Amino acid sequence: MLNYAVKRLLLAVAIVSVAMLLLFTMIYLIPGDPAAVALGPRATEAMREALIVKMGLDQPVWVQFWNFFTRAWMGDLGREVLSERPVAQVVMENLPFTMALIAGGMTWSVALGIPLGCWAAVKRGSWADRLVGVLSVAVIAVPSFVIAIYALLIFAVALRWLPAIGAGEPGNPGDQITHLILPSLAVGLGWVGYIARMVRASMLEVLEAQHIRTARAFGLPDAMITYRYALTIAILPTITLLGVGIGQMLSSAVFAEIVFARPGVGKLVYDAILTRNYPLVSGAVLVTTVLFVLLNLAADLLIGALDPRVRSKL
Amino acid sequence: MTVLAVSDLNVHFTTGAGELHALRDVSFDVSENRVVGVVGESGCGKSTLINAILNLLADNGRISSGSIEFSGQELTGLSRRQMRELRGPGIATVFQDPMGALNPVLPIGRQMRNIQYRSGQAKSEKDMRSLEALKRVRLPDPEAVLARYPHEFSGGMKQRIAIAMAVMMEPDLLIADEPTTALDATLEVAMIELLKDLQRQIGCSVLFISHHLGVVAELCDDVVVMYAGEVVERGSTREVFKNPGHPYSLKLLECDPARQTARRRDLPTIPGELPDLNHRPTGCIFAPRCPHRGKECADAPPDRQLDESHIVRCIRAGAV
Repeated sequence: MLNYAVKRLLLAVAIVSVAMLLLFTMIYLIPGDPAAVALGPRATEAMREALIVKMGLDQPVWVQFWNFFTRAWMGDLGREVLSERPVAQVVMENLPFTMALIAGGMTWSVALGIPLGCWAAVKRGSWADRLVGVLSVAVIAVPSFVIAIYALLIFAVALRWLPAIGAGEPGNPGDQITHLILPSLAVGLGWVGYIARMVRASMLEVLEAQHIRTARAFGLPDAMITYRYALTIAILPTITLLGVGIGQMLSSAVFAEIVFARPGVGKLVYDAILTRNYPLVSGAVLVTTVLFVLLNLAADLLIGALDPRVRSKL
Repeated sequence: MTVLAVSDLNVHFTTGAGELHALRDVSFDVSENRVVGVVGESGCGKSTLINAILNLLADNGRISSGSIEFSGQELTGLSRRQMRELRGPGIATVFQDPMGALNPVLPIGRQMRNIQYRSGQAKSEKDMRSLEALKRVRLPDPEAVLARYPHEFSGGMKQRIAIAMAVMMEPDLLIADEPTTALDATLEVAMIELLKDLQRQIGCSVLFISHHLGVVAELCDDVVVMYAGEVVERGSTREVFKNPGHPYSLKLLECDPARQTARRRDLPTIPGELPDLNHRPTGCIFAPRCPHRGKECADAPPDRQLDESHIVRCIRAGAV
């Protein structure tokens, strides 16, 4: 297991490094002079040149990349244009809100998707199976911002059951959780459908396997067969799917944060793009990438913990 | 005493191509302490027979008529729950493919502990019993086996583990579904010896499914010959092998490579192919491939008794 974990960790470091290279290249290829953009039309030539030296843009490309690369690994993502605060600090202030949102979305999708998928697989061909199938496709088809807007209109505006905007009072967990329910539902509901479909398909496959017939031939109770013997295997592809799904959840988080006016990395990037605050955009994108890679690493380690075959192969 | 009595068992499958009559009027007995072999080529209904006995037929299959009695209890029509109670302590099964027969993500010890869930013993006592069972099948280092996963074992070792699990149940009837087919020849011999020993030790009856005539001759007291979902001949192994009464048994024995005496270019085969079970002929099922067929074979053949326990489903039984 340790061997497997170390290999996965090294792979994650490599992926983040490549992502940094891509990010740097993209920023480098944006047309226009960053110094001129930052200073605005009334800046003098001397001011512009001073800023170029300050930003290190007079250096060769590889030196610029190396500086960006080493500083980023040390946690220095530069300073944002407007307030000159460190980008890392600004992003980290907003990150917990987005992570809470993603965690909420995952909770919805796992807590609803896995039981529904199991139920549909065990009752294959019944009305229950068909109902789960139709509902899954329906929630997959509806974009998360549409869910967000309707959830807001129904539960916050019409019924007044839940708060409409913000992230809740700081230091008041109960309030923060009630503020999280609707946005996380918007982020996670589509994934309930994906996970239900995925779990159903892989459960059906596993339930056909020889070893399940062996378990039945020894008279094991149905619940033990379904949850201990079959689901432990059927869950593995779903975990991989969730790892990838985090990327999509991060992008739906942008919409959810805007609709519910929540602080968060998504809202931060959105505002930074509108104000052309490029260091903030690139810093936030880099942090999001690292978050994505870390959560995928967690998914891989979880699979390794659950499946001894994976552990021994890598 | 009869442990298992199957009589006039019929099994149908509902398929896209219509009703498939997989087993027709299958009858045979397994007596106490006897090893009964079921032989026949692939697709003759051996596995369907086991699944019918265990009530593990696929969703589209059903027992349409007949009876399966286990220790005097009728199995057809038992509830799921009642049937589950029997599987394991009553009837234990070793399946054909040792590679896929064990759960890949649970340690062997967990799987062996789980099948003892009825005993109500403490974990440590269950593990002791697992160790005993693993020692019985002569696996080296049984303590280490408990902590390991199926993929860390070879096919032969996995099959020993599967046998240990079945033996641990101390069943009245052990069903072995081609337990040696996936193994190489040396392992096959070792496995047969092991099964023989264990059967003597725990004193159970065995229903042994195989398409290997040599193995059946070696291991079994009685033999049931199946063709296309019917029992064409049954009797003591000695009788059936020495004195086959059905043209199919005769052909099957002729085709056994182990029985070839003269050197020849091609191994003998039975010409023709298995009938389409979606349109099962009303007469003798083997007639289209039978060298002795006559007009009378168009009617359903009777079960002729040649000897005390030697029964042949052929109008000309014993005369061919």
